[in-house]
Amino acid sequence: MKEILLVKLGEIVLKGLNRRTFEDVLLKNIRRRICSLGSFDIKERQSTVYITPKDGADLGDAEKRISKIFGIATYSRACETEKNISAICSATYEYLHKELSAVKTFKVECKRSDKKFPLKSPQICTEVGSFLQKKFPSLKVDVHNPEYTVRVEVRDFAAYVHGNSKRGAGGIPVGTGGKAAILISGGIDSPVAAWMMARRGVELTAIHFASPPYTSERAEQKAADLLRRVGEYAGHMAMFTVPFAKVQEEILSKCPEDLFTVIMRRFMMRAAEKIAQHEGCSALITGESLGQVASQTLPAIVCTDDAAGMPVFRPLIGMDKVDIISIARRIDTYDLSILPYEDCCTVFTPRHPRTHPVLKFVRQAEETLDVDGLIENCVSGAKITKIEPSR
Amino acid sequence: MLTEIYFDNSATTRVCPEAARKAMEMMTQNYGNPSSMHALGFRAEQELRAAREAVSSFLGAQPEEIYFTSGGTESNNIAIEGAAEARKKRGKRIVTTAIEHHSVLKTAKHLEQKGFEIVYLKPDKWGKIGPEQVRNAITPDTILVSMMRVNNEVGSILPVKAAADAIEEKKAPALLHIDAVQAFGKLPLHAHRLRADLISVSGHKIHAPKGVGALYVRKGVHIVPLTYGGGQEKDMRPGTESMPLIAALGTAVNALPDLNKEMAAMKELNMFLRKGLSEIEGVVINSPDDALPYILNFSAGGVRAETMLHFLSEHGIYVSSGSACSKGHESHVLKAMGLPRERVASALRLSFCRYNTIDEAKIFLSVFREGMKTIVRRPL
Repeated sequence: MKEILLVKLGEIVLKGLNRRTFEDVLLKNIRRRICSLGSFDIKERQSTVYITPKDGADLGDAEKRISKIFGIATYSRACETEKNISAICSATYEYLHKELSAVKTFKVECKRSDKKFPLKSPQICTEVGSFLQKKFPSLKVDVHNPEYTVRVEVRDFAAYVHGNSKRGAGGIPVGTGGKAAILISGGIDSPVAAWMMARRGVELTAIHFASPPYTSERAEQKAADLLRRVGEYAGHMAMFTVPFAKVQEEILSKCPEDLFTVIMRRFMMRAAEKIAQHEGCSALITGESLGQVASQTLPAIVCTDDAAGMPVFRPLIGMDKVDIISIARRIDTYDLSILPYEDCCTVFTPRHPRTHPVLKFVRQAEETLDVDGLIENCVSGAKITKIEPSR
Repeated sequence: MLTEIYFDNSATTRVCPEAARKAMEMMTQNYGNPSSMHALGFRAEQELRAAREAVSSFLGAQPEEIYFTSGGTESNNIAIEGAAEARKKRGKRIVTTAIEHHSVLKTAKHLEQKGFEIVYLKPDKWGKIGPEQVRNAITPDTILVSMMRVNNEVGSILPVKAAADAIEEKKAPALLHIDAVQAFGKLPLHAHRLRADLISVSGHKIHAPKGVGALYVRKGVHIVPLTYGGGQEKDMRPGTESMPLIAALGTAVNALPDLNKEMAAMKELNMFLRKGLSEIEGVVINSPDDALPYILNFSAGGVRAETMLHFLSEHGIYVSSGSACSKGHESHVLKAMGLPRERVASALRLSFCRYNTIDEAKIFLSVFREGMKTIVRRPL
């Protein structure tokens, strides 16, 4: 019995003339993610990717990784069989008997994309259905509410038999949507923001602000760990760790306390933009959500945006915290995010930050600072870490 | 110079140089407490992570599914008692085998006193447990199945797949615990493919120091810890991490050679000794033909095992009678296999590692032959 993984493409099948480009990127991403698990034969035909393990490679491991690759609508483990009805029938029994013996009602669904196959889909369903009923006398057909659905696909290369398909990660393949830089602190939000943009095909570069001695190496490690988790979806990336204590000390000593956070955010934007440009990114991504904290009110975001010279994407802007948390749990970053290390955003938080900063006054307050010098300091001191997806 | 031939690698192994160096480094330079906030603590934590990564990757698991312990015995204790405690409301039946290590059997005995019903599966005369036996023993109210991957005395490989199948088929609320101490580093141990919930492994059987091991607990499985403390190992096994040992364990795992290659070498060595031994009058092989080739158990017809062991030892050859853990006691495994008393009393175990050679096997055979000739037989 030959078991393979059938992967159905998501919305990229709706793309027009450049659909091929999307498919090529997806295939490359699939190869890259599963090559370390052993040897697989990967081919694509009719909006479906066929993944066949070779030399004892494990399909279960591959399946887990496939479930986290963007651009895939559904996937299923299937049994490959010859294109004749008796082979198909016995394959359904051999491959699915465990599942079928656990249920009382079933139905058979068939898709026949190879129109040369002599039987039509409803005929195949009938044949397979009556064959299975003979094998399992207590099993009843229920076409409306079956407990289990047996699926038969007669395709180009062979016929395939499987049970229910699983939902893939959706989205479009990472690398088809340009490149952007995610500002990652270590909290719950930024990994979710990164994941959401990656789902729309954006390739990521990460920027983390570290403020030793106010923050520890563990905060940086935490950011890297979070990115490794995001990397299971978004692929490998570079993380830039930017030394930020000097900037914060300067702001603290020269600017009004209540404007500290908003001015700090402006510096982050400036430094991030420099690095992003250098890395070929065309936008910044943050995990801001409107009104969540003082620096994320509408007037504060206006002030922050003013300092950024490229578009800033905030995919969480209209989301509630509970919704963000539920995604964080789904992508398995939540448990890491709540580890209690101080990060650069939480040190020096003013007692009463201004929730409605006025851009004019913020700019005035910055005049006392050597903006270019400080930014130069940040960019030249940035350290690059390679982030590989966690297993 | 006296030769030293160490054929007792299932008792313990020589620490590999990489692991010894790592342990030394962790004691003298990188001696921080991984829970300390400072840089030295952080560096120790990095080593802890690396070791966890190494062990989890060998088991095809996630790093957070690995808990470091003091060794196989503690891993088995936590797994079995912790699982029984966590599932006691769902049933009282625990299935295990009569040829488990004492750290399993005595934990089971202790649970028996607490009101659990323990089923001990009996092996055949080759120390093998049949898949059907396992299937029949597992009932819909079984809460735990604890089974070794490989038996430590005769090397028989146990049908853990049958256990996983039966748990699924009978819809039992049972956790599957695999004592993989003798299989770790020797057989592929993919937690998901084995469908295991708990796996015990030990360091000192794979050229790491004694006193360190690990327990794999599948994500989502809850078991109750046996000790209480400062939150290390997510409170599953608290106490300041023994960094020299843990880091050395990680290093030893990374230093493991290619499993297939080593297996081929072990098969060759085992076959050579099997052939040589069976040509000697009175010798009976106790290990099954399909045993893990790292272990070869045989009875030295009529010669008391201890006498032969000391004779070999005088010649610099180190083997074991029964299993080393049960010093001198008659082997419960061989007894459960139903071997006659004389065969149990004369049973020796050879166990190998990557440092052993065919030349050593040749020397062993000639010394052993001499022993068989010269040792005066006393009634067994």
